[in-house]
Amino acid sequence: MSGHPTPSTTDEFLKGLWRENPVFVQVLGMCPTLAVTNTARNALAMGLATLFVLVSSNLVVSALRRFIPKEVRIATFILVIATFVTVVDYVIQAISLDLHKALGAFIALIVVNCVILGRAEAFASKNGIRASVADGLGMGLGFAFALMCLGVVREILGSGTLFGFPVLPGRFQEWVMMILPSGGFFTLAGWLLLFNWRRQRNAVREEAS
Amino acid sequence: MNGEPLGTIFINACLINNFVLAYFLGICPFLGVSGKMETATRMGGAVTFVMLVTSVCAFGIQALLTALDAPYLRLISFIAVIASTVQLVEMFIKKVSPGLFRALGIFLPLITTNCAILGLALFQTNKGYGFVQCLVFALGAGAGFTLALVLMAGLREKLALAAIPDMVRGTALTLALAGFLSLAFMGFAGLGG
Repeated sequence: MSGHPTPSTTDEFLKGLWRENPVFVQVLGMCPTLAVTNTARNALAMGLATLFVLVSSNLVVSALRRFIPKEVRIATFILVIATFVTVVDYVIQAISLDLHKALGAFIALIVVNCVILGRAEAFASKNGIRASVADGLGMGLGFAFALMCLGVVREILGSGTLFGFPVLPGRFQEWVMMILPSGGFFTLAGWLLLFNWRRQRNAVREEAS
Repeated sequence: MNGEPLGTIFINACLINNFVLAYFLGICPFLGVSGKMETATRMGGAVTFVMLVTSVCAFGIQALLTALDAPYLRLISFIAVIASTVQLVEMFIKKVSPGLFRALGIFLPLITTNCAILGLALFQTNKGYGFVQCLVFALGAGAGFTLALVLMAGLREKLALAAIPDMVRGTALTLALAGFLSLAFMGFAGLGG
């Protein structure tokens, strides 16, 4: 944020999507990223749930930032986040019990997602409400985007389907490993490699020009 | 109450459903602290201790909340207990052994946001374990976390000396390694009951 003297709301929104993407660039919030991305549907649900908690907690923390004593701020942030996560937990249970079973304890574990606490501490506690909501939206969408990247790859390769619909020819042999835990590690490693490669190529080009 | 034998619970939590490699809990410290063998073992010890204390507290809270008929307060009270336990452990270690306190450094307060701890509290409640079962479960999970961390630290110490392309260095390589470890741990699947 130091590089931009007067960042506009749009800038705050866009930086989370790409330049400071929480998963691919900051490598935060790994646990849900790996655990629930075995199908695209779970990944989307998790991304939306995190987006909601992130925006709401950023809004509340930013609105209360003058009243929160510095010494107990982390505990306060966590309690604010836990409240919204409880809300999300019950909402998902009401919408689809199947989905709630598939995501399991990982909905509750949004509380300890370091992306959310990180944004509350690094951004919302220092900035106004509008900028904080924009930041939350951008970071949340960036997180959901990263989750989808993993979920789509793992579901297509692991079960030959996308959102439950078959997309690959019938004789395709599924890579069962991709929906198992190790597949999550490998897929994320692959995406990070792709990003590293891009960054290196851009750096080489800049040097050349 | 769940009638699982204690030995099965321990092996399950430690090897078959290893918190790090099968449930993806506590990945952040797993990636962050596994660079050196020494910090890895210390971190494992600290996490195991906090897990034991949290397990006992979570068991008490669950009983209290069931009595009060207020399950919606579960998440908030669990996280409050974990945060204060970590704070207490921090003050205790600082008072008793300043050397160990300095060695653990920033990793000690960061245990609060370690999802393995909250995950443990939630899993033991979901499974309906009794008091002794909870303790064994916490011990197994802690041992599993330490095992994964130490294995990873050993691998990374060797890798630091190997010639690898720049592009792969860092998180990408660590994640691929974790993938292989996770594959290897799947071999334990037949052990439990």
